[in-house]
Amino acid sequence: MPILGGNGLSATKSDNAFVEFERVQKSYDGENLVVKDLNLSMPKGEFLTMLGPSGSGKTTCLMMLAGFETATHGEIRLDGVSINNIPPHKRGIGMVFQNYALFPHMTVAENLSFPLEVRKIGKSERDEKVMRALGMVQMQDFAGRRPAQLSGGQQQRIALARALVFEPELVLMDEPLGALDKQLRETLQFEITNLAHELGITVVYVTHDQTEALTMSDRVAVFDDGRIQQLAPPDELYEAPQNSFVAQFIGENNTLEGVVQEIRGDSCIVKLDNGDIIDAQPVNVSQVGERTKVSIRPERVEFDKTRLSPDAHTLKAEVLEFIYMGDIFRTRLRVAGNDNFIIKTRNAPDQVRLTPGSQIEIGWLARDCRALDA
Amino acid sequence: MAEPVLAADGTPLKASLKRALRRQKMRALLLIAPLLLFIMLTFIIPIGQMLFRSIENQIVSDTIPRTVAALDSWDHDADEVPPAPVFEALAKDMMIAAELKEHTRLGSRLNYEMSGISSLFRKSGRRVDDIGEVYTDQFTDLDPAWEDPATWVQLLAAPSWIAAGDAWDGSGAEPAFEISNDATTQFPETADIYADFARVIQTEDNDSPTEEEPWNVVYLALYNDLMANPGATAPAELAGLIDTTRSALPGFEVEDVKASFEDIDDDWISADVWETIYTYSPAYTNGYFLNAIDLQKTPDGIEWQPENEQIYLTLFWRTMLMSLTITFSCILLGYPVAWMLANLPSRKANLLMILVLLPFWTSLLVRTSAWKVLLQNQGVINDLLVWFGFVADDNRLALINNATGTIIAMTHILLPFMILPLYSVMQTIPPSYLRAAKSLGATNWTAFWRVYFPQSVPGIGAGSILVFILAIGYYITPEIVGGTKGVFISNRIAYHISSSLNWGLAAALGAILLAIVLALYWAYDRIVGIDNVKLGG
Repeated sequence: MPILGGNGLSATKSDNAFVEFERVQKSYDGENLVVKDLNLSMPKGEFLTMLGPSGSGKTTCLMMLAGFETATHGEIRLDGVSINNIPPHKRGIGMVFQNYALFPHMTVAENLSFPLEVRKIGKSERDEKVMRALGMVQMQDFAGRRPAQLSGGQQQRIALARALVFEPELVLMDEPLGALDKQLRETLQFEITNLAHELGITVVYVTHDQTEALTMSDRVAVFDDGRIQQLAPPDELYEAPQNSFVAQFIGENNTLEGVVQEIRGDSCIVKLDNGDIIDAQPVNVSQVGERTKVSIRPERVEFDKTRLSPDAHTLKAEVLEFIYMGDIFRTRLRVAGNDNFIIKTRNAPDQVRLTPGSQIEIGWLARDCRALDA
Repeated sequence: MAEPVLAADGTPLKASLKRALRRQKMRALLLIAPLLLFIMLTFIIPIGQMLFRSIENQIVSDTIPRTVAALDSWDHDADEVPPAPVFEALAKDMMIAAELKEHTRLGSRLNYEMSGISSLFRKSGRRVDDIGEVYTDQFTDLDPAWEDPATWVQLLAAPSWIAAGDAWDGSGAEPAFEISNDATTQFPETADIYADFARVIQTEDNDSPTEEEPWNVVYLALYNDLMANPGATAPAELAGLIDTTRSALPGFEVEDVKASFEDIDDDWISADVWETIYTYSPAYTNGYFLNAIDLQKTPDGIEWQPENEQIYLTLFWRTMLMSLTITFSCILLGYPVAWMLANLPSRKANLLMILVLLPFWTSLLVRTSAWKVLLQNQGVINDLLVWFGFVADDNRLALINNATGTIIAMTHILLPFMILPLYSVMQTIPPSYLRAAKSLGATNWTAFWRVYFPQSVPGIGAGSILVFILAIGYYITPEIVGGTKGVFISNRIAYHISSSLNWGLAAALGAILLAIVLALYWAYDRIVGIDNVKLGG
């Protein structure tokens, strides 16, 4: 299994890298590192999302890239040129802010015209570019309005247009959809990704919303504790988390704790704390006797014995709760002393509805059960 | 025409809504009522009264009503002294005013318009009781009955008053004198002055007209009445006395009242004095306002004051100019401080805020006096400058008792009023605007000037209005450090209120100042919009 970005150390300097962080560290107080040894390399045209809980260092990274924070150590390169000492206004990076930061005393057109004016672009060309940018976000009719007269979604579109109007090659977005309601957020997610791909711009997108990260990005960098925990495309991130933090953070996940008993190539046997034996795929366990957390996605748990391989290990489980959620059924089980073991089944005509109190046996394919760090 | 919307019960919705809101409004009004009442009683009404003094001029027509009436027929354009009847009227008015001690007040009032009138009135007040003595002597020589107060009462008092006087038991005040109707028709001039005589005797001297010999001017009036109306009839008991007196009148020596006044002071035959009295005889005048802008009222119309007496326009102009300078200094000094306050972490900002507010904990007088110590010729600042060699010892800077001193001290004193509104506005400007501007390619300066500054303008506006309006009416600081060149119009107002006692002029100056402030406020509202003023988030 190829490892694309394990533990933030494996990103290598490549010739086609557009944005590069090399051994970047950041500290505000001289005692604690907010960003610890960050290495990241992204090619031109990529849509990369920095995902992580608050305080994980993702926004700091974005601010260092934008030039509002200086790296305490390390080098940040844009298109091969070190930008550590270039002030923000000379970096030519478009940015969309969390609260839009549209200038309230200017009209929409003036807001869009601002970056062109400071670049001393002539009036007619300016107007043309402004209208084109407004066209990209379907806001031509709002050129004369003030930001306060627009709804949140409209303001967001204008902020996007403003970040794009001077045709930057790199656009940074700092939780741009955080303040919008769910439906609008989904529409805009779609629009932003479409626009980014159409224009071929490189986007670094910061969010703490994992759905957003998974649906929009080419690759996602999961941040925690000042490090990139995993950098991978969304499907890989979900299906093959490299450590238990990523497994927990992305999507719903069942965790069982135990000790590695036997390792055989790409599968291993784990003895859970209550003595049960299960099959798993060793991900970052290397020796017998090591403690591990195994992670299984709720939808990969099987309770129909006929669909498991005959020699697979199974576990006894007690059904605690059955929740009807429309498209899926969500069932809570007690497994190996864990009361919060969830399984999800699709609402199909022949699907079994488990009744609380019943005893069942569950199992899974060894490759769906990942033995991660404890 | 759309039908009015009706409420569920059929009444117009507007009326229903009004009724529903009335209680709410009443409650709101009740909440502010105590303050409103307090402000009305202690602030608005007294100020209104004070401002009313700027046009009120009843003192002239109240004190010398007969003279004012007589002057109506005077041709003031002829540049001549008024005719004799005016002087006779003045003699009577002056007599009453002197007894009531009101002539000096009128003298001071008219002295604002023409210097010297005050002493003229004081002098005349002392000697006016001699006018008409010629007649008194001749009347009493003719018949001693004229010396008897009872004769006069019998001739002029209403029978009802005599009856009331007889019934009066001597306790409390004597019933107020009433003139008889007959006397008013038969001896109008005498009745008129005697009524005032009786009033003055009763109220001022606490005496009775039945026991006091009338003033000389009363004899003068009776002489005039008898001469003018030979057929005048008196009560039956006095018919004989009147008849003998009347027949003796043609032989009487006549007094020229005008000459008598000339004798008291030559100024009385100066047309200027009379023109001044005439000009200021109406009950309301714009004279104070004209004076307040260096104009004066003359019989020939409105003219500039003599060059050496023009001070108020200069003072107004200086007040405005210096207030503007102070406002700008406050913006220049306060803006960076407010910016720092708004952008520092809150712990440090609070500490700095205390330093900004520190001056408020010290008395204004103390702070201003401190500036006196710092700024004076041998003061700390000059000493330092000399010590550093910036100025020569024999050429120390004049920093106090001039406009410089006022500007320095007032900028310091008013600075917090600029910083606080600026700070509260700047606090609401998120730092992300500056970042956004920079990310869009603006240099630090462009980002500040095009993005941050326009958003801080409401704070500048609020601070400027506050500082300018406070400055334009400032009094204590210019008084202490301003000398003569650095005082404001308010110092002049204070002078007229407390020293020259020309309250009318003070009120006019104050009213003009108020009008200027309101006009500026209005202009500001039109240009910047008062909605854009923010004193807080």
